[in-house]
Amino acid sequence: MKVVTERLSASHPAASKGAPAALRELTLQIKAGEQIAVIGASGAGKTTLLHAIACALKPSAGSLLLDGVDPWTMSRGKLQQLRGKLYLAPQVPPLPPRQRVVTSLIAGKLPAMSFFRSLRSLFYPVDIAAANAALERFDLSEKLFERVDRLSGGERQRVGLARALLSPASLWLIDEPLSALDPSRAEMAIKTLTDEARARGVTLVATLHQVDTALKNFDRIIGLQNGVLEFDLPSGAVTPELLHALYRQHLAELNGPAPSVDLALEARAAATVVMHCR
Amino acid sequence: MSRLGWGLALLVICWPLLVATEFKPWTLFDAASRKSSWAFIKSFFPPVVNSEFMLLVLRETWRTVAIATAGITLGLLIAIPLTLLSTRVLSVSALSGRMAALPFVFRQTLRIVLIILRSVPELVWALIFVRVVGLGPTAGVIAIALTYGGMLGKVYAEILESGETHASVSLLRNGASRMQAFVYGLLPQNAAELTSYTVYRWECAIRSSVVLGFVGAGGLGQQMDNSMKMFNGGEVATMLLVFIALVALADAISAWLRRELG
Repeated sequence: MKVVTERLSASHPAASKGAPAALRELTLQIKAGEQIAVIGASGAGKTTLLHAIACALKPSAGSLLLDGVDPWTMSRGKLQQLRGKLYLAPQVPPLPPRQRVVTSLIAGKLPAMSFFRSLRSLFYPVDIAAANAALERFDLSEKLFERVDRLSGGERQRVGLARALLSPASLWLIDEPLSALDPSRAEMAIKTLTDEARARGVTLVATLHQVDTALKNFDRIIGLQNGVLEFDLPSGAVTPELLHALYRQHLAELNGPAPSVDLALEARAAATVVMHCR
Repeated sequence: MSRLGWGLALLVICWPLLVATEFKPWTLFDAASRKSSWAFIKSFFPPVVNSEFMLLVLRETWRTVAIATAGITLGLLIAIPLTLLSTRVLSVSALSGRMAALPFVFRQTLRIVLIILRSVPELVWALIFVRVVGLGPTAGVIAIALTYGGMLGKVYAEILESGETHASVSLLRNGASRMQAFVYGLLPQNAAELTSYTVYRWECAIRSSVVLGFVGAGGLGQQMDNSMKMFNGGEVATMLLVFIALVALADAISAWLRRELG
């Protein structure tokens, strides 16, 4: 899928009115099948950019064209159909704890399935072979029938990435795919994503904290700082000076380990119980 | 000092409440009250246990359970569609900020319907339907179905909205339909809590169907009412004991079910 943004600005719906937009006046052209890494310090607007492209966030100014069409002029039904062609993988894998891994994976196929078929798949999974193949690419095939809450944080993240391989999308927007993985797993995961995207002709945009991984695996690097495009270069042309400038307020993030997200903590926040009696 | 102040303030506030509710516990102990309550309690002994009467009690107990179960089942037929239509977390337009105006009004209207269904007590519904369909269990079933339908629908929607919605929102964002997002995202996240609440409500329905019997909606309550009007304390005592056992049993079953599900 081809993506064009023209002076695109976007902010989080919960942001206060006076605050500057999380993403400001971004102009980009992404060709079909291209692979791009978005880098920048925390709070630079990387996630907002992905959300804006995924039609999860309406631009506050400027325009977005997906394959030449502005999605926000479409009817709601058509827009929802278009969303089936975009796959947004959030940083925290969206897997219900009591679901089996195979069901979580097939959930990636839902836009291409009728409701009846998806209902049947809850009892007898429709495409076990494809789910298993996707899991195998991430070295997890023995967990196919395991429950999600029996997986470690890193395993959950890989299941979340494997879901992309089942989706019918032609644009993958992957947010921090490596935040819970150790270096060797991270290398394997990013290689799987780029190889699969190339083989399918899928456009891939990933935000990354690991700058060297980004430089090694992606042809084109986009640097964001404070919501503004800092550079948009082939990875060969990204110099240490540019990186230093990009991270000048957050040098620790450039050199040190990526800030990790406590997946378990976010899961626990949901454990509130309501017991209404009347 | 401030504690004393608050205590005095509380007393001043409570006094009119006590007056309004004619709170005079000592009337329980004056001679006339003592005599009449003693006579009532004495009439409980011995409880009636002849086989004919026990058979009747058993049949009416079974009818009470049936009223509650049928009522809850019909209530689910009201509650589930209304929940799915009214819950905010399955809104597609709210994915990118605020819900659009028309869906918002639609959902709000359904919520008001649920609130109206729920806020009329089942006793009042039963009184209405006893006049419409006549004395008997049908009125009780309809009464429980309407009140509990509203109650279940509202609480289901609240459970879905207060739970973790990351999974279902992500599915919607990636192009799944609302119902797909429900069965793949919301349901696995909340199934245990939803079932546990339903079982708990079933237990409440058993208790309330006894009360409904007093206005003629069939079951154990209606028999109890008859015996009381005949001043047959022995029969009342038997039925009370059976009722206590029934509630304890329902309590145990629902506790066991909830433990198994949790």
